Amino acid sequence: MRNKDEMTIAPYRRPYWDTQPAYLFPKYASTVKRAPTQPLVILPHTLSETTAPVFGYDDIRTTDSDLTRQHKGEPLGERIVVSGRVVDENGRAIPNILIEIWQANAAGRYNHVVDQHDAPIDPNFTGAGRCLTDANGQYRFMTIRPGEYPWRNHYNAWRPAHIHFSLFGPAIVSRLITQMYFPGDPLLDYDPMFTCVADLKARQRMVSSFDWENTIPEYALAYRFDVVLRGRDATPMENRR
Amino acid sequence: MSLRATTSQTIGPYLRIGLEWMVIEDLAPAGVAGAREAIEGRLIDGDGKAVNDAAVELWQANSHGKYASPEDLQHKPIERGFRGYGRSLTDQEGRFRFRTIKPGPVPGPDGTFQAPHLNVTIFMRGLLKQLVTRMYFPDDPANTQDPVLALVPASRRPTLIARRKGNDLLEWNVILQGSNETVFFDF
Repeated sequence: MRNKDEMTIAPYRRPYWDTQPAYLFPKYASTVKRAPTQPLVILPHTLSETTAPVFGYDDIRTTDSDLTRQHKGEPLGERIVVSGRVVDENGRAIPNILIEIWQANAAGRYNHVVDQHDAPIDPNFTGAGRCLTDANGQYRFMTIRPGEYPWRNHYNAWRPAHIHFSLFGPAIVSRLITQMYFPGDPLLDYDPMFTCVADLKARQRMVSSFDWENTIPEYALAYRFDVVLRGRDATPMENRR
Repeated sequence: MSLRATTSQTIGPYLRIGLEWMVIEDLAPAGVAGAREAIEGRLIDGDGKAVNDAAVELWQANSHGKYASPEDLQHKPIERGFRGYGRSLTDQEGRFRFRTIKPGPVPGPDGTFQAPHLNVTIFMRGLLKQLVTRMYFPDDPANTQDPVLALVPASRRPTLIARRKGNDLLEWNVILQGSNETVFFDF
């Protein structure tokens, strides 16, 4: 028999105005042939949407979070600690979720066949890491500061330095892929990805902050990047119509 | 306390660096209960070209209609070794592929039941946020009663239903634009 708990689903909040990108954003040229052209169908939040896969320590190695220790030698570049906290829109910590990151090397080159930028590959840097958030939603990576690089979106286009973040939340609708940027990067204002939303505060949430407390003397500087995943509406709704 | 969710950004062209370590195209190891199905499809853009840099992710219930998630409070059996999550990265022809089991029905709004379906999330260069869609199974009588399919204009419903190509082989293509554009959801 189905009981009341099984049937009561609190839906997730819909995005706040101007804080999430549209699919079609012509300044980012690749959206033009890939954005849906037909109207989207509004999806009710059922058990299919409010559940998500669970990952654990069987899935990763503890060394996966240190991108500077994945090869025989040390990668070139400036070592940095990247850490932060994952919470939902209600301010609740999101524990035990999988975070995957990937990035260019210090010279602005990805270790990927598609990347033809004329900058050196670093044999000691793959640029991929993963970890789980702890019971308080905290995570931590050791990596090197990625370089800026050109791309062919428009004349003289350069991406600001960034680290790609992929996060699983407690619900499949809270799945998020975003990019972490660095404070004071002069390329941010020219970047069609960073400027894809009108809300200036939303843009700033993608910019990490210099994190003095987590620097390691004589070894590494540190940046803090907190992530907010979608949260549920305050009150559970029964028999939504 | 009220915060705003972090802005989504594109997965970009270099997704393999970060995501290839956890490609899961075979979701159901031997011993997991359920009717086995292979699913193959292609991802096609608005120029009719293959999308060769996409990540296609599945999330599904087990054959009893139970999600392997602490958020699923139903009193139904869990299948050991079945997480219900899959990830395929498209190849040069835009192909993705999975082998899994057909999920059971799961509850929908207002006491309804949903027809067996796969929840599909798609990331690619050129998308600033993921596409969300669903794949349903052909010839399942529950499809006509499904509360989510019922929200889709009838002429577009076939884009969400796979085609049978063999005894245990389904084909389901994802068309990003045009007259046969796949239905995507505002999630």
